[in-house]
Amino acid sequence: MSVTEKSEIAAAPQRESASARPRWQVMLIRPELMTFVLLIIALIVASSLSPYFLDIAYILDSFTLSAELAMVALVLTIMIIAGEIDLSPASGMALAACTFAYAQQAGVPIPLAVGVGLLTGLAMGLLNGILVIRFQLPSIIVTIGTLIFYRGLAQVIAGDQSIRVPEWFIGINRVLVFGIPVPVLVFVILSVVLGFVLSSTIYGRQIYLIGTNPIAARHAGIRANRIKMSLFLLIGITASIAGMMTASRLGSVRYDIALGGELQMVLMAMLGGTYIFGGRGSILGTFLAAWLLVIVSTGMIVANILPAMQLCVLGVLLIISIIATNFIYSRTQR
Amino acid sequence: MNTISKIFLRREAGIFVMIVLFCLAVGAFKPQFLTLQSLRIVLLLVPLILIGAMGQMLVLVARHVDLSIGSTLGFSAMVVGMMFKYYPEIWWPLGFLVAIGVGAGLGLFNGFLITLFRLPAIIVTLGTLNLYRGLTYIISNAKQIDRQYVPSELKAMSQTSPIFGIPWIIFMIIAIALLTYWFAMHTRVGRQIFALGSNPVAAQLRGINVSKITLLVFALSGALAGLAGIMYASRWGFVNPSNTGSGFEFQVIAAVVIGGVSINGGVGTVLGTVLGVLLLGCVSSALPLLGIPGTTQNAIYGAVIIIALLIDRGVRQRAIKTISAKA
Repeated sequence: MSVTEKSEIAAAPQRESASARPRWQVMLIRPELMTFVLLIIALIVASSLSPYFLDIAYILDSFTLSAELAMVALVLTIMIIAGEIDLSPASGMALAACTFAYAQQAGVPIPLAVGVGLLTGLAMGLLNGILVIRFQLPSIIVTIGTLIFYRGLAQVIAGDQSIRVPEWFIGINRVLVFGIPVPVLVFVILSVVLGFVLSSTIYGRQIYLIGTNPIAARHAGIRANRIKMSLFLLIGITASIAGMMTASRLGSVRYDIALGGELQMVLMAMLGGTYIFGGRGSILGTFLAAWLLVIVSTGMIVANILPAMQLCVLGVLLIISIIATNFIYSRTQR
Repeated sequence: MNTISKIFLRREAGIFVMIVLFCLAVGAFKPQFLTLQSLRIVLLLVPLILIGAMGQMLVLVARHVDLSIGSTLGFSAMVVGMMFKYYPEIWWPLGFLVAIGVGAGLGLFNGFLITLFRLPAIIVTLGTLNLYRGLTYIISNAKQIDRQYVPSELKAMSQTSPIFGIPWIIFMIIAIALLTYWFAMHTRVGRQIFALGSNPVAAQLRGINVSKITLLVFALSGALAGLAGIMYASRWGFVNPSNTGSGFEFQVIAAVVIGGVSINGGVGTVLGTVLGVLLLGCVSSALPLLGIPGTTQNAIYGAVIIIALLIDRGVRQRAIKTISAKA
């Protein structure tokens, strides 16, 4: 008896010392750090290609091109942390933009038309949410289905033509507040708000628990379904706002707005160190990844790299980033 | 339970009835839909989707999904097209070998990433979907392979027929469907795919080599997409770096889930998939006849996928109820 007790006492500190890691390692070896280092490297490489990259105004201006996708990617990050995924918001952006443009073309006043767009976003999130939560279908396949469905509806509404939006509505990307284009400002504010909610509220911590261990979350009395539904609604609304912002930036609406945008959204989340199997990740990571991606893609344009090559680079980046993230998480303790 | 009611309870019967009802309904408005001519149109519409669907069925049965088949199709078609363009004297059936080989290689690459790094198939194939499409642009220099470079014998496969006016391509897809049936139902490896999909943990405990089977289904899916690539060149006579195969994956996934292949793995039949493809073909060919613009096609595909998922869930729930009632 006493022998076993002794050996247990002797073994316990050993186990602990084997698993405990220096605090600086826990703090530093994180996927966000990888993103940050990559961002710095990208900036150095890009500024050696063209001095424009040292001009903050130029970078901000380039960022307006992907600010809409980046906004949705923030919510997508939370979604993936909660253990679900949504591939449909890029199509959702197109559908919301089309319903908005169609409504205002039909003579509905602009504020009401914006309301129509927002309602569309809400409806899209609701449909996804009902299919995934009420009918318990896997979100991956459901949102592939709705990805095609929403894009198809946008095509039905807009046809093959583009719908003009009124002159004064155009150009949200050229409106500057404190020298920052409005879409970038919206993105930054959204990042701060979502980052705060995710890291410092009960709601946010519950999201992590749902993604880490759904059964434990249920035993802890967390209403996982309600939280997931709120996330689906949130991503629907964000997609509709992003869609209308795209409409304002482009000046006209076509059904193929943000076509293939789901790749960039997932890529931003993955590059930012979101764990694809849920439970880990941060808004900060996605925030940094969005800037990284903008610098990489703008850099490729400046370096005169073929658009096709850029497609390859995005695809390869996606695969590498999820391999790297998985590797880092497998090395660090949970 | 007697044989007749067993037949009617099967999922395939439901799809078959849906096809018949749909055709009759369309025929009531447009009698010309119920002629041999429109059957020919349907049959010529579906071969590519059917080839892709056979591979996707196996992937879904193994509880994965392959989004990259459209780009795999495009890349293989482009490789073959360039081979015909720069080496016109080459023996043309060699193109089949090349296309299938290239496709299988791309599929294996997916499989390697998925098994080696334990990544979810959906993200990997979303990445390779774009990677392969980009590579297609790069090798082709973004130029189309025009009609004159595609060998006329190859093009003839989709038009000339050995018997009854049925083109070669139809015989080919029938052969592929039969082969897949034999492979999936009557070989050890085929059954292992089903075992893996219905319960991955149990499959591993039973001594099934999960990595090998996963690699195999992705290689097969890629190889079939490659075959679909050369058949695209045969059917349409050109290969375009951006159009060829784009959106193919969605048509195929739609057809496969309509055909009753469960997204939760382990469930799926060749007959169901074939019927699913035919239903999709009937719908696509009826739309222009009914005067519904082509722009609605994607919305219909999407809606059809969602409805099929809901039906699949209903069927599964009922199956669980019957099993627990018996026990």
